[in-house]
Amino acid sequence: MKKYIDTGKKDTRSGFGAGLLIAAQADERIVALTADLKGSLKMDAFAAEFPERFFQCGIAEANMVGAAAGLAITGKIPFIGSFAEFVTGRVYDQLRQEVAYGNTNVKIASSHAGITLGEDGATHQTMEDIALMRALPGMVVLNPCDYNQTLQATLAAARYDGPVYLRFGRPAVPNFTPADEPFVIGKAVVLNEGADVTLLATGHTVWEALQAAETLEAEGIAAEVIDLATIKPLDEAAILTSARKTGAVVVAEEHNLAGGLGEAVAGVLALHCPTPMEFVNGADRFGQSGTPSALMAAYGIDAPHIADAARKAVGRK
Amino acid sequence: MNKSKEELGIIATQVRRDILRMVCMAKSGHPGGSMSSTDFLTALYFNEMSHDPATWTRSGKGQDMFILSAGHMTPVYYSILSRCGYFPVSELASFRQMGTRLQGHPSVRKNLPGVFQASGSLGQGLSAAAGAALGKKLDKDNHLVWCLCGDGESEEGQIWEAGMFAAHHKLDNLIAMTDWNGKQIDGPVDEVAGEGDLAAKWDAWGWRVIVAEGHDFDSIAKAFELAKAGAGSGQPTMILFKTEMGHGVDFMAGTHKWHGSVPKPEQLEDALKQLGETPLGDF
Repeated sequence: MKKYIDTGKKDTRSGFGAGLLIAAQADERIVALTADLKGSLKMDAFAAEFPERFFQCGIAEANMVGAAAGLAITGKIPFIGSFAEFVTGRVYDQLRQEVAYGNTNVKIASSHAGITLGEDGATHQTMEDIALMRALPGMVVLNPCDYNQTLQATLAAARYDGPVYLRFGRPAVPNFTPADEPFVIGKAVVLNEGADVTLLATGHTVWEALQAAETLEAEGIAAEVIDLATIKPLDEAAILTSARKTGAVVVAEEHNLAGGLGEAVAGVLALHCPTPMEFVNGADRFGQSGTPSALMAAYGIDAPHIADAARKAVGRK
Repeated sequence: MNKSKEELGIIATQVRRDILRMVCMAKSGHPGGSMSSTDFLTALYFNEMSHDPATWTRSGKGQDMFILSAGHMTPVYYSILSRCGYFPVSELASFRQMGTRLQGHPSVRKNLPGVFQASGSLGQGLSAAAGAALGKKLDKDNHLVWCLCGDGESEEGQIWEAGMFAAHHKLDNLIAMTDWNGKQIDGPVDEVAGEGDLAAKWDAWGWRVIVAEGHDFDSIAKAFELAKAGAGSGQPTMILFKTEMGHGVDFMAGTHKWHGSVPKPEQLEDALKQLGETPLGDF
């Protein structure tokens, strides 16, 4: 299979911070707001270079969403940043009315998403945010897989005219996608071609899916690995083409089952190409304290679990 | 525009007629707060705001902006917008009907001129107004951003988040107004969730505070003059308009019961008779 090289572990949030700075250097309409998490969101470089375009909101996320909407109405392109839970669940009604229904050009920078937030535990680990954001009419939902892709996704979000939810994470993870590959919203990326099973992954699970594919290859199972960095709008054509080819699908995500990518893909396949499917996700649970890798293993969202799911899916053909 | 207080009074009477006829035709809507806000909003749109319906855009560039945070007050909002020329007065008849641009609560998805932002879920418009005021500062556009909140609405915590934010960022181009009618759906504000001294609270939040009589055009004009003098002060301004829910019709005045209730046909007839006809004419 195609070999992917980890060029050095980096956190995806740093990809966001770098992308925000590059986007802002090219477009003076870009402004940034945070709710007392400038450092965690890697907004320091932006704030240092553009202090007049950086707005500290304090620990008051609801107002931050509304203020961003107001800035967007006047023609600015605001990026609002906080931890994933505090910029989705905590402010769902604000995102719904001020951003989605209000159709304001606000970019929601959502860091520390999923269980890999780690030691802070369940209050800070949202495994429901994709479901919430997918449910909002017109919301674009992005979940890039590494530093390079997150940087490019940030540039794409800045260029796109409309609300975008951009999800990324806290821990340093392998950086393996090309640095200069432009991010196309709504386009799946086929990382490896294979005829036996399709592994659909998003965010941190993409690297895990590649590891699983290597394990499967040694067993004689050729896995097609597809990076679904855009969760909404979903690249249905890419999913269907692969599902028709392999006849077995696994969906892996650092999120719970309800409303996640797995259910989104299941909806597409049920309508157009019923296919044996297996899900790799956090099921219906809250997280807990622990290291990111220990949590991914304990909640069944790592490479060995993806490989298991693939064997099961192949067995159901 | 520079209307005399007599002229404003005539417009306000017509707006109250519009409000009552709109909610009766739609058999739903919120007349109470609309009628308590009618006088100062009429003065705002006809005398105080720097705006031009003919060149209006949602971005608000080169004009004052107004955000209705208390989104249920659409009857007064739509009536005044149409009477200013944002859209035909005849369109008021479509209020709350299928396919209308005049949604129950303000929408930006129907291309209704004059509406800058969706509202209805309470407590959020002041934040949007603060953001718009920041945007104007970045653009070095000296026009003002106005916002109307309800006193019941001010029970929402986000109002106070916005208050902190606007003061911290020195948004002296933001003028908020509170329709201080003392009533909300379930009863008097003091009985539902007493807010205490709103003037002291906004003062403590770092805002310039002006208290005015919301049904007295002299007091209203003075309040707006004082508010506008805040430009350059480094502080946002809150005008607390002391008003009466349902003002202008005896059986509706001063009670929370008309927050979201609609007069019966014979009550409408009585109310319109009390208000009297105006040269502007009904829609």
